[in-house]
This record gives sequence, structure tokens and C-alpha cells, in this order.
Amino acid sequence: MIKRNTLGDRIVDGAIYLVLLALALSCLLPFVHVLATSFSSAGSIMSGRVGLWPVNPHLGNYQYILATDRQFLRSLVVSAVRVLFGVSTTLLVTVITAYPLSQDRLYMPGRTVFKVVMLFGMLFGGGLIPYFMAVKSLGLMDKFAVLFIPDALSIFSVILMINFFRGLPQELPEAAMIDGATPFDVLLRIYLPLSLPSLATITLFSAVGHWNSWFDAVLFLNRSERWPVQAYAYNRLTQQGFRSDAANASTFQKLPDISQEGLNATFIIFIAFPIMCVYPFLQRYFVKGLTLGSIKG
Amino acid sequence: MSDAIPAVENANPPVRRFSNKPRHAPFKAFVAANWMYYAMLVPAAVLLALFHFYPIWGISMAFVDYSPYKGMAGSPFVGLENFKRLIEMPEGGQVLRNTLVIAIGKILVGQVAAVIFALLLHEASNRFFKRVVQTWTTLPHFMSWIVMGGILLNVLSSSGFVNRALGIVGVKPIRFFGNPTVFPWTLILSETWKEFGFGSIIYLAALTGINPELYEAAAVDGAGRWAGLLHITIPGIAPTIALMSCLSLGNILSAGFEQILILQNPMVYSTGDIIDTFVYRQGILQAQYSLATALGLARSVVGFVLILASYWLADKFANYRIF
Repeated sequence: MIKRNTLGDRIVDGAIYLVLLALALSCLLPFVHVLATSFSSAGSIMSGRVGLWPVNPHLGNYQYILATDRQFLRSLVVSAVRVLFGVSTTLLVTVITAYPLSQDRLYMPGRTVFKVVMLFGMLFGGGLIPYFMAVKSLGLMDKFAVLFIPDALSIFSVILMINFFRGLPQELPEAAMIDGATPFDVLLRIYLPLSLPSLATITLFSAVGHWNSWFDAVLFLNRSERWPVQAYAYNRLTQQGFRSDAANASTFQKLPDISQEGLNATFIIFIAFPIMCVYPFLQRYFVKGLTLGSIKG
Repeated sequence: MSDAIPAVENANPPVRRFSNKPRHAPFKAFVAANWMYYAMLVPAAVLLALFHFYPIWGISMAFVDYSPYKGMAGSPFVGLENFKRLIEMPEGGQVLRNTLVIAIGKILVGQVAAVIFALLLHEASNRFFKRVVQTWTTLPHFMSWIVMGGILLNVLSSSGFVNRALGIVGVKPIRFFGNPTVFPWTLILSETWKEFGFGSIIYLAALTGINPELYEAAAVDGAGRWAGLLHITIPGIAPTIALMSCLSLGNILSAGFEQILILQNPMVYSTGDIIDTFVYRQGILQAQYSLATALGLARSVVGFVLILASYWLADKFANYRIF
């Protein structure tokens, strides 16, 4: 950009910084507000006095959720386990699928057909209803596996990995093969150790994706005890509230400072918190990962 | 593939002999050396078959009057009747219109916002400030709509922060989720707010790719900041803008299912119900399987054609090959 040190330019500069700051704050402050709400008393929330700082702070909302809401704690565990299984399956499937598809120098009849078929399959679907019926008829209804098995093949991850493998020097597998290595050895002992940045990117994206995934649980898991935390929050936020929970009504009375909005806010904090923790690492890897292979010259 | 090296690297290349040696020996050697590659593709093949191709079979539900009791075999074939019903239903045209309006609105506003934000961020010279701003603005992208929806339901409610602030300046409270005229804007602007930071990354990358000597040369010729923007920067990222526009064509029918499912309510169905939410409600919640499948099929086919068209356009106009 062209910059001259005139007064006009400096005013424009200042204005730009202000606008950028305002935009950045607009992304950050809502979270601060929700955090404040989760610590505020029912009365102050109702009367709209909560801004960026808790008014009449109390821990009632957190107490209620951690001590009484068994379902919520269970759903946290479900989510954590889902992320674990989901990330491992995605990594496994991605790596072993990408490796054969990336070895362009080899003669492998059917590889192009497979690529075309794979792409078609991932771009075209029958729609929600046929997918629902298919999963149902496969017997995955109400099973935990339905949360991570169908999503194991992620086109984004596979393409990323293929491009990354293609960028590795072809002499490596050739040299290894001459020494008697099997393709599997090459993958395990040579390619994997070199792919750690790519794997980290895929891990992070997959983990965030699984943590944020709720609709498949709502669709396929009938019993809400099995729901991951965001599906459970969906239920609480849009359908039932907390007062309707007869079992917890007495606790509701004992902790008078808690409110629907306060509990909703606390929920949001719980769900957003792991992402916030992982976020600095995400930042480092996703820009690298995005430019590693998916965007060509 | 003409210069591909056969993968049989341990065996000697087969010598042509005019004998009746069994021709399948080279094949066996090939299999012995290469079966692992094919074995590695098996899990993906299974997943594709089960979850991407098997559901396509279910499309036939769109052409029958499906009843779960009778099953596929027992349900009467009705041809294109379901599609006719969709066209005649008032909701049919309505959800299509809403989908297009909301999707196109999101694409336009979203890309403009991302470009402008990228331009602004690029102008800032303090690197620390830039990093902080970029970190904060990309955060909403990684949050789910459960979190963002929860925040919006709170902040945009009648007694929420925004309406309170408007009240101070004397503006009457806006019903962001209840007013059908306002609701599409709620959807468009909230999605833009969530995504502008992440969406700007690609434009920022393009901006850093512009040769700084161009600016220096222009400055020597007496160009000011505004001229630099108009004549160097914008043409410099025009290919990226073209590319993103082409690629977004494939998303015209995806107006944001999860966001809308969370934020919508019956009061705003007239402008806020899209194809996907309608399919979900009718198909899953109300078991209108045939109808919902028909609509879903139409959407899938059109969407697929659009995606292919967008990739072809991206190749033609922006020189970007997806595969």
C-alpha cells in the first residue's frame, strides 16, 4: 500500500485501526457478556443490568449444573469420548486412503476410477431422508458408533493428505522399496513421521468438528442420555427449559439466584471453553494446513 | 500414465518370449507387490458404499407413496406425483425462494465483508495488532451454532443487549427472531459476523502476494493511497474474488441448515424456512417420507450440477483446478 506521512493519511490510518478494533471487539465481547451473565443473579439478568461484568455475582448456575444436572455431565463425557474415537478413526482412514492415491508414479489400475467415484460419492448425496433410512437399515440407529463412523471419510482431510504426500520426495519410497520395504512399511516408517504437521491439522479440524457436531445425535440417537453435550444444549436452549425438569424443581427453589438465561449462558461457557483452550494451537496449524496442500499456485 | 513406472520393482522386467508361458505370471507378481495399496483403499470403499452410495438407493422413495408399514415393496408407485405436489404446495415455492434469497444474501454480504475486512487488516502496519485482531475475529468460525445461536438468542432478544442499546437512542425494540421481514437479515448478518474473519484469510493471502514494487512505482508517479487501492490492490485480488465467486455458486442451495434450525420458529417460516429445514420437519418429524425425499432429491441434483458448474467456471475464469 502507498503511505505518505500526511495528516490525511494518518487520520485514515487511525480510523482504520479503530474500525478493526471495533470489529475484533464485536467478536470477543459477546463471549464476555455471556460469561458475565453466567455469574449474575436472576434479578439483574431480568432487569437487563448485565453488561460485561457480573452483577450480584454468584456461583449458583455453575453449582446447579455441576451438582444436579447429571445429564449434562454425562453428555460432556459422551462428547469427549466421541472426539477421541472420531479423531482416531478419521486419522486412520484418511492416512491409509490418501497414501495409495498419492503415489502417482506407480502403475495402479483403477486408481483414477476410484478417485472419480469417491469424489462423486462425496459431492452427491441422496438427501437427508435417504441417508436417514440407510443408516437406520444398517442398524446404526441409537448406537454410539453412528456419531463417528459415517464421518470417518472426510474429503477435506483426504485431499489435504494426498497433496501433502505428493509433496514428499519420491526417492524416499523408491529407496525403501529397493531395500525390501512393503508399501505398508513405507507408510508407517517414512511417511507418517514426516506428516506430523498435516496430521496435526487434520486432528484439530476433526476434533473441533466432532465437538461441534450435534445434529447427527439429535437425528439418530433416540435416548437423550446418549447425547453429546451440544445436542443436549440444543434441547435445553430451544425446546425444554430447566424449570420443566420436575426432578430438579426443588433444587431450583433452593438456589433462587439461578435463572433460565443464566443457565443457558453457563451452558454456552462450558461448550465454548474447550474450543477456547485449543484455539491458540488451531491458529498455528490451520493457516499452515490450509496453505500446505489445498491451495495450488 | 504413459511414463508411470510399473510398481514391480523387485522383479526383472518380463522378457517377451514367443512361448506359451502362462501370461498370468506378471499379474501375480504385480498383485504380490501391490496388493497392499488396494487393501488400504478398502475402508474408504466400504464407507463410501455404505454411507454415500447406499443412501442413493433410497431416492426411489421419492417416486412412490411410501408408507413405513408397507415398506418399499408394498408402497404404490406414483411417478412424479410427489414433485407435482411440491410445486403446487404454497410452501414449495416459498422454501425455494427463501433458500435462494438467504443463500445469495449470505454469499454477497459475506464475501464483501471478507474482502473489506482483509483490505482494512492489510493496511494496518502493527504486526501485533494485526495478529490480535485476526485471532479474535476468526474465533467465531470455530464455534458451533449452538454456542453462537445461544449467544444470539440472548443478545438479540427483546430485552437483550442490542435492543437495550437501541432503546437508549430511542429506537423501538426490533424483533430479530419474530419479524418475518427482519429475520432473513438476522440470518445473513449473523452468519457474516461469524465467518468474516475466517473468510478473509484467503484474501489476505492474496493481498500479500501483490508485488510491493507496484506500489512503489505508483507512489513515484504521484499516486495516493486511494489510487493505489483502486488501481493496484483491487485488480490484484480480482482473480481471488472471481475464484471465490465461482466456487460459491455451488452453495446457492445451502442456506445454512444448523443456524436456521436453531434460530427459526413458526412465526418466521414464511421467510425463514429453507429447503433443508422443511425437509427435516416434513420428513423426519412428520414422517412425510416421500414428499421430503422428492424435495431432497431435487435439491441434491440441482446442487450437484451447480457444484460441477462452479468447478468448471473456476477453471475457466480463475484458472483454478480443484482436482
